[in-house]
Amino acid sequence: MKEYGLFDLIGPQMIGPSSSHTAGAARLGGVAYRLAGGNVKKARVILYGSFADTGRGHGTDKAVIAGLLGFAPDDSRLRNAPELAVQQGKDITVEFSSRQMKHPNTAQILVEDMAGHVIDMVGASIGGGSIEIQEINGMEVSFGCEYPTLLVFQHDRPGVISKVTGILAEQGINIAFMRVFRNSKWQNACMVIETDGQVEAEILERIRRESTDIVEVCAL
Amino acid sequence: MKYEFCHGSDLCEISRREGVPISEIMMRNEMEKSERTRESITAEMKSNLDVMRASIREGLEADEQHRGIFVGGDAAKLMAFAGQSNLGTDMAEVIASAMAVVEYNASMGKIVAAPTAGASGILPAVLIVCGEKRGFDDDTICRGLFTAGAIGCIIAKNASIAGASGGCQAETGSAAAMAAGALAELCGANPETVLHASAIALKNIMGLVCDPVGGLVECPCVKRNAIGAANAVLSCDLALAGIRSLIPFDEVVDTMKRVGDRMHADLKETARGGLAAAPTAQRLAERLSGTEA
Repeated sequence: MKEYGLFDLIGPQMIGPSSSHTAGAARLGGVAYRLAGGNVKKARVILYGSFADTGRGHGTDKAVIAGLLGFAPDDSRLRNAPELAVQQGKDITVEFSSRQMKHPNTAQILVEDMAGHVIDMVGASIGGGSIEIQEINGMEVSFGCEYPTLLVFQHDRPGVISKVTGILAEQGINIAFMRVFRNSKWQNACMVIETDGQVEAEILERIRRESTDIVEVCAL
Repeated sequence: MKYEFCHGSDLCEISRREGVPISEIMMRNEMEKSERTRESITAEMKSNLDVMRASIREGLEADEQHRGIFVGGDAAKLMAFAGQSNLGTDMAEVIASAMAVVEYNASMGKIVAAPTAGASGILPAVLIVCGEKRGFDDDTICRGLFTAGAIGCIIAKNASIAGASGGCQAETGSAAAMAAGALAELCGANPETVLHASAIALKNIMGLVCDPVGGLVECPCVKRNAIGAANAVLSCDLALAGIRSLIPFDEVVDTMKRVGDRMHADLKETARGGLAAAPTAQRLAERLSGTEA
């Protein structure tokens, strides 16, 4: 059962018209923006299901682009996001697909960072502006970004988890929820750690250097 | 955790145990969960209240900038007519305010989702406009938003607040239940009475489908917020008068979940059924996609 807090029900502040099709869409774009390290070079957005059917009238396309530019869902620049993306030289395209996905409000975002790394993310807007990230680079995951979230991309080896959680423990950061996902044994894995407090950049850097089995660390 | 709750019955039990109203349970629950101070939580809620108030004001402007694709200007019409309303001036103004917020939302204006954007007019109208007419100050209205949050958490956990999963009953129904309970607490009701108010509001619109014309949060959403605000005030008054809901709140929420699950997908925000499938709606939707191609 998903946990609901006070401000999920009274909030968020957002630009209309739809919490799922506008605000949730902006948040999905925002996750892709942070996965790309806060600077997007290029992105291809594919909207599915109800996002595809009614997305134009709800400004779903504008909202995802706003997220990819790092705008919050309550940022008044949202309605002009496509024009602003062009002005900033970002190559962002939005497609509408009739393919049926698990959740009716689903977006796939292929985002390229400034170094040319491409991340393929699938997420759904599950109502009231809440989101669920379901896939990263083909790996099935599940988290909602309700808490500060740490993603650790790693090789599936013994001991990597304890190194990461050890650093967090040392820094007094409490883990609220944690799950580990992997493609298959000994292959790529991803730790999703939701914490009660923010994880500072220096700590991210320490985690990154801790083991050669840690490929990338990202704070959402 | 001491203030963890999942059902209405939990709220009543905690209230008895701790001797505090639902709004205070919600506050302490949030403090426990978020590890934030009372001041910081109150400040965030006050900021929501400010945005809510501004969205009513903006939505009552009837100019071109404040229009959606199909809607705009109707809130201002009802406000101008309020003095002659059969509902009485006050109630007409409450309802016009609910419509104003949703019209502003349709124009890509800034609102507070409460619990969603499609149902964002009901809580501001009932708590701010009705509340001010009763002489409540901002601290009191803010307290009402905490009560509303608690009711909403229970509905979200046990049923749904999304039109795509539960239909309009899950959106404007939930908002009306939240507003009815909140207004009841501000009027001095105990937790049991608050839950009766919320239960009655949910029962009144049980089964309501989400059938937006062209898939937009416009028609019938603006008018569904109008009836939602009226539903909230009415349900609150029934409960305050001592009228009980025969079916307890928790069972009404479970029922709403069952009804939502059995609702056909065409009637859950997909714009394939209900009013969205009426010939006029289809024509409008076609014209809409025509202009966008």
